[in-house]
Amino acid sequence: MAGPKYPGFDTLALHAGQSPDPATGARAVPVYQTTSYVFRDTEHAASLFNMERAGHVYSRISNPTVAVLEERMAALEGGVGAIATASGQAALHLAIATLMGAGSHVVASGSLYGGSHNLLAYTLKRFGIETTFVSPRDRAAWKNAIRPNTRLLFGETLGNPGLDVLDIPAVAGIAHEARLPLLVDSTFTTPWLMKPFELGADLVYHSATKFLGGHGVAIGGVLVDSGRFDWEASGKFETLTAPYAGFHDMDFEEESGTRAFLLRARREGLRDFGACMAPMVAFQLLQGIETLHLRMPRHVENTRKVIGFLKGHPQVESIAYPELPEHPDHELCRRLLPKGAGAVFSFSMKGGRPAGKAFIEALRVFSHLANVGDAKSLVIHPATTTHYRMSDEDLKKAGITAGTVRLSIGLEEAGDLIDDLDRALKAASRA
Amino acid sequence: MDLVVDGKKAFAYTAAREPDPAKPTVVFVHGAGLDHSSFLLQSRYFAYHGRNVLAVDLPGHGRSEGAPLPSIERMAQWVLAVLKEASIASASVVGHSMGSLIALECAAQAPAAVERIALIGVAYPMKVGEAFLEAARRDDRAAFDMETIWGHSPQGALGANPNPGMWMYGDALARLERLAPGVLYNDLRACNDYSGGEAAVARVQCPALFLLGRRDVMTPAKSGLALCAAMRQARSLVVESSGHMLMAEAPDATLDALIGFLGA
Repeated sequence: MAGPKYPGFDTLALHAGQSPDPATGARAVPVYQTTSYVFRDTEHAASLFNMERAGHVYSRISNPTVAVLEERMAALEGGVGAIATASGQAALHLAIATLMGAGSHVVASGSLYGGSHNLLAYTLKRFGIETTFVSPRDRAAWKNAIRPNTRLLFGETLGNPGLDVLDIPAVAGIAHEARLPLLVDSTFTTPWLMKPFELGADLVYHSATKFLGGHGVAIGGVLVDSGRFDWEASGKFETLTAPYAGFHDMDFEEESGTRAFLLRARREGLRDFGACMAPMVAFQLLQGIETLHLRMPRHVENTRKVIGFLKGHPQVESIAYPELPEHPDHELCRRLLPKGAGAVFSFSMKGGRPAGKAFIEALRVFSHLANVGDAKSLVIHPATTTHYRMSDEDLKKAGITAGTVRLSIGLEEAGDLIDDLDRALKAASRA
Repeated sequence: MDLVVDGKKAFAYTAAREPDPAKPTVVFVHGAGLDHSSFLLQSRYFAYHGRNVLAVDLPGHGRSEGAPLPSIERMAQWVLAVLKEASIASASVVGHSMGSLIALECAAQAPAAVERIALIGVAYPMKVGEAFLEAARRDDRAAFDMETIWGHSPQGALGANPNPGMWMYGDALARLERLAPGVLYNDLRACNDYSGGEAAVARVQCPALFLLGRRDVMTPAKSGLALCAAMRQARSLVVESSGHMLMAEAPDATLDALIGFLGA
């Protein structure tokens, strides 16, 4: 007897989280551009506030349009639910603030987006949360960095900008052995290229601004919980397992089991920090997600063509892309990312900083800006922009040199991208 | 609250409130492979509306210790023992799926201790397909998939969860993955093997509510309605849009039906 079947990824990308609008029959997700929701009566109001009924109260906490995006991302990742936030950085902060407070400690990969590194290295330190950065490839370092007050292990599925592939099964194993969860930033891979929960991660977040949206018109983040981590059994997460005076002494784990993390994150994190997503932003991001399964293969295909060109170019010193056999994570990439290693990569060119400057300024199709994952191809010089706050030592650890250039390959005709790069590399060689 | 029943820790969710002997009590009993949190919204409502609430975790489920109990009759005895341990003389019992059979048995075994029963997603006999049982016996992932997909209406596959931001399928799978090996099989077999329904119906003396989902393929509404017709003082309500997981798929309709029946 054939078992029942789940909807496929492509179907979920188009439908998950929404049924045609019951009020109007609208097929597209309506934009519920409202701050608040009329209660049926005083009893209904009280029940919504006290979490006795499901529903919306105020759009900082939840909104019907945003909820579609949240449920769609939970379905695509295979989680119990999700919370959409004002940005990817807000999602990272929400995850950390939900799990810990002053006196806690994070072990994080040293190969992170500059903004994430900054949050962990400087800003959260000011609030009493310390971070130890480790090489993402060094399993012993992950393990040895764990302290009694550690509450989280954190890395990016593909490190920024060297594209270190995080060995999620191995790092998750180390985390779980220490009764800790693993959070991963899956922005570069999206659920189309990798599903971190299937590899052992417990929490996933995205800068939805990037490939999920794909259009470069909306800033947003999404935090997804697998619901698999047992906070009670861990014994290390008082925010989830002890009575919370800020919500009628609720013990979130006792109350809701698999939903404890998201419940606290929404009822405390969105309520108090307020980094929520606007409904129009959710609508815009949903337009992108509906074609994620069509765009990602083209992103990868174009990237492979561009890399094929760069690989033989005399001006190019090295390319950091895990699909290349010389990349240190090549084998891991084949195992964890069989559909491809994404569309963001870095390469180093000869001539150092002057060559880099000439290269970027000669490009015509690539746009020079601080973003990745757009349908349009993008370029940036990390050492002077996204990672400029990092020390030389940290830059070296992250594999960034003065000649490193990061490309985000879009959906244009690949030949036009190659022509553009060829012209710019010639300009660089004359610098 | 933690109690001790048969020498093992027995957990009952009370919304962090101590039972008050002056208040009426509602006991919530979960279905196969689930735990007290499947009644999250409904149990919290009653706890804040003048009732003592005991949303139990059956042995081997959630926070309760011990091996899962092998039959519906034994599970009912355990629920009655929880009441006794909590010094509650009588209560209304709300059960979902397997829990609905347990509620029925409680009312039959101890008429003086059970004031009302609400049976949610109930069918009798509650037969479980051979492929489902066999997959559960092997602790095969396919059993989790069957429970998840058959446990919700077709819309559940795509979502539009009344609970903002949550995905019902993901939640069901996460709960099932937390179960100890053999627990789901134990529960499904207990449902499948239960043959005391007719005798229990004849012995029930209290009012009963049958709350059913029109799109329920695990416990079809017509089976629940037939059982309802055989019971004195029983009434039914069919929620048109819901599958088997009424508390999650139609939380307000479920709560409103319980409020109407239990009178909170």
